[in-house]
Order: sequence, then C-alpha cells, then structure tokens
Amino acid sequence: MDVTVTVNGTAYERDVEPRKLLIHFLRDDLDLTGSHIGCDTGNCGACSVIVDGVLVKSCMLLAVQADGASVETVEGLSEDGELTRLQQAFNEHHALQCGYCTPGMLMSATALLREQPSPSDDEIKKALQGNICRCTGYWNIFEAVKSVAK
Amino acid sequence: MLLREVEYAKPGSVAQALELLASNDGARALAGGQTLINVMKARAASPDMLVDLNGLEELGGIELAGDGTLTIGAMTTYTELVQSAEAKARPILGEVCATIADVQVRNRGTIGGNVCSNDPTNHLPPLMVAVGARMTIAGANGEREVPAEQFFLGVYLTAVGQGELLTRISIPAGKKDGFAAVTLGAEGTCICNAAASVNGAVRIALGCVDAVPVLVTADSAGGVADAVRAANLMPPSDVHASSEYRTHLAAVLATRAAEEAAAR
Repeated sequence: MDVTVTVNGTAYERDVEPRKLLIHFLRDDLDLTGSHIGCDTGNCGACSVIVDGVLVKSCMLLAVQADGASVETVEGLSEDGELTRLQQAFNEHHALQCGYCTPGMLMSATALLREQPSPSDDEIKKALQGNICRCTGYWNIFEAVKSVAK
Repeated sequence: MLLREVEYAKPGSVAQALELLASNDGARALAGGQTLINVMKARAASPDMLVDLNGLEELGGIELAGDGTLTIGAMTTYTELVQSAEAKARPILGEVCATIADVQVRNRGTIGGNVCSNDPTNHLPPLMVAVGARMTIAGANGEREVPAEQFFLGVYLTAVGQGELLTRISIPAGKKDGFAAVTLGAEGTCICNAAASVNGAVRIALGCVDAVPVLVTADSAGGVADAVRAANLMPPSDVHASSEYRTHLAAVLATRAAEEAAAR
C-alpha cells in the first residue's frame, strides 16, 4: 500500500506491506534508527514516538495507520545539531547509562512538557511509567526532567 | 516482530466496516490495537484482514444527557475518558482508566477494545457490569442493546458476533462507585479486581476470578465479604496467585471497593 508519512518535517512516500509495524518502517525503510525496539510486546516504551501530537508506542501501530500523519522521533528533537534543554539535562544529570531506553524516555518527557510545562513530581513519574530502563537509572532520568520543568 | 501477512481496510463509515466484517470470515475489527497487534505478533490471533476503525467519527464522542446518562462511543480512548468533562458525571470511569497501563497505551487503547477483547484481567468488563452499562451492537440487521451482564460470554468472547461491531456504551447516572485491584507493579495487569456500585444495595463485579465478570450483590458494604464467599468462586491458579489466594483477594477487594463506593 502506498503511504505518505511526514517524519520530523520531511514527507516520505513509500510502498509498505500492511503487516509492517511503524517502528520497522521508521528504522528499516527510512533508516531512522534512533527509535529502538526493546521488548516488541508493548511494555518497554523504547519505540515511543509522537504521532499527530500523541505519544504512542510505534510497535503497536501499523505503518499504514500512519498514512497522512506527522510523526516525530528522537532525531527530530534537536535543531541544527543543537540539543534541546531536555536532552542537555539528560547529559548533565547522567540520565543515561547504556542509552537504550533514552530515545523513548526523551519522547515521553517531551510529550509531557508540551502538555504540562510545570509537572508535579507525581506527574513526571506517571508520564514515564510506560518507559522501562533496565539499567534502573530512573532517579537521574526523573531529576533531568524535573530540572527542565518550569 | 514481523506479523503474518494481513490485508488492511480503512472503511469510511460504520456501514462499510460492517460490510467488510460480514463478507470476510477472517476479518477482525482493529480498535486501538494495544492488545490485538501484540497477540498477532505472538500468533495467538492471525486475522486475514484488519478493519481499522480509527477515524470513524460515528464511533467517537462522549455525550451527557439531561438525566445524567453517558453515551460513550466505542472508539473513545482511555485518555479521552480521563480528560473529558462529560465523563466526570460518572467519576469512576476516568479514575479507573487513569490506572490502565501507561500514557502511551491510554492514548491509543479504547473502551470498546477493552470490553470486546474481554481478557479476564481487564479493568473495564467488571466496571461495566457493576455500573449497569448497556452496550449497543450494530450488525446487518440494525442495532441491538445488550446489558453488560449478558455481554461477556467467555474468555475473549462477547455478544458481538462475526460481522457485528460494538458502537457505543450507555452508562446511567451515579457517583457511588468504587474500584480495587491487586496488580503486577503499580498499575500493571490485574491479579484480581473488583468494581462496586451502591444504589440501595451493593453491586459488586469481580474480575480475574472466572471467564467473565462475576456479579455479587449484598445489602451493605459490611455484608460483601460473606456474599463473595457464598459465591463459591473457583478462580484459576497461575504463577502470580493460587486459586485460594485469588479467592481471598476477591473478598478483600470487593470489600474495599464497596467501602469506597459507600463513602461517596
């Protein structure tokens, strides 16, 4: 099926099989390998992306379902190589160890801060509930997000 | 994971969706996909065709009538229920939906998908039974309404037949409701859950203890534990809880839910 998907501002037209998951479309067809596949069962959140303003796990959405949509991935966060305040905060607070969960964490935190620029501690924790860090570095991730909150 | 080959259809109306579902034995409705896509990965389900219901306005929306009755489109997401001003007319709905999985799942998962998948560990089947919801099912011969008590027929099985769709759920006015669960992790899969609604008598619907929600009634919150014991539950054992422990949890959670409901 022909689909047109805008990813990080660039429109891509591709022929995709209906069975292809959005995460595979992003990684394999568009070579945008920033979004990771962790569990492939919808639990870990490493594949989190923002589709038409809504945070989703891209392993539970078919690529054909994104036809006509605007997708944001971790590659689209920084402009001209300049890290966002959130990305900078992850660096400063050692909010990544192996880094595998980081793209998903960044997208979840980005979605939170757009909706709620001044989240409470509980709101930050709840916003990151769908993202698993197997290094268990949650506290530093929490502190990084908190430092950016207004 | 690569899914088995599947056809994809995006109908423009409920009528078209019904036609697609009725004319293809292997067709299944795709709602939020937060369960179905995963069971397709595991090959536990291998539909030949997915009929995508996303974007059908007829299946969306939350309406509050003058008498307090809520009518909720089947494709309403958990997030929409949490954020909706209308849905606050029955506060328990948003409160329970806010504890389902995580933000990403709540943004995609739908009330219709939750009840139609009827996984015995789901939150909403017992809640729908406790609050006395009525489900509207559309098919080739028009619509029919089924009370929640008769909607859930077995594990993964509901009154929605092949070629039919759940279109909306109607929930009467009320505030005296409660919900209690023991879960895997803070807001994970339920090991046992109970929904309660107090309207004179106490209505309790228990989840995770049988193939379908088990309805128990009592005169007061204090009588709930005995009523649950009298129901002679025979819940399944698994790695998370033995049958005996689940039976124990059912009485405890039913009491907690009933006390929460009665205190409102």
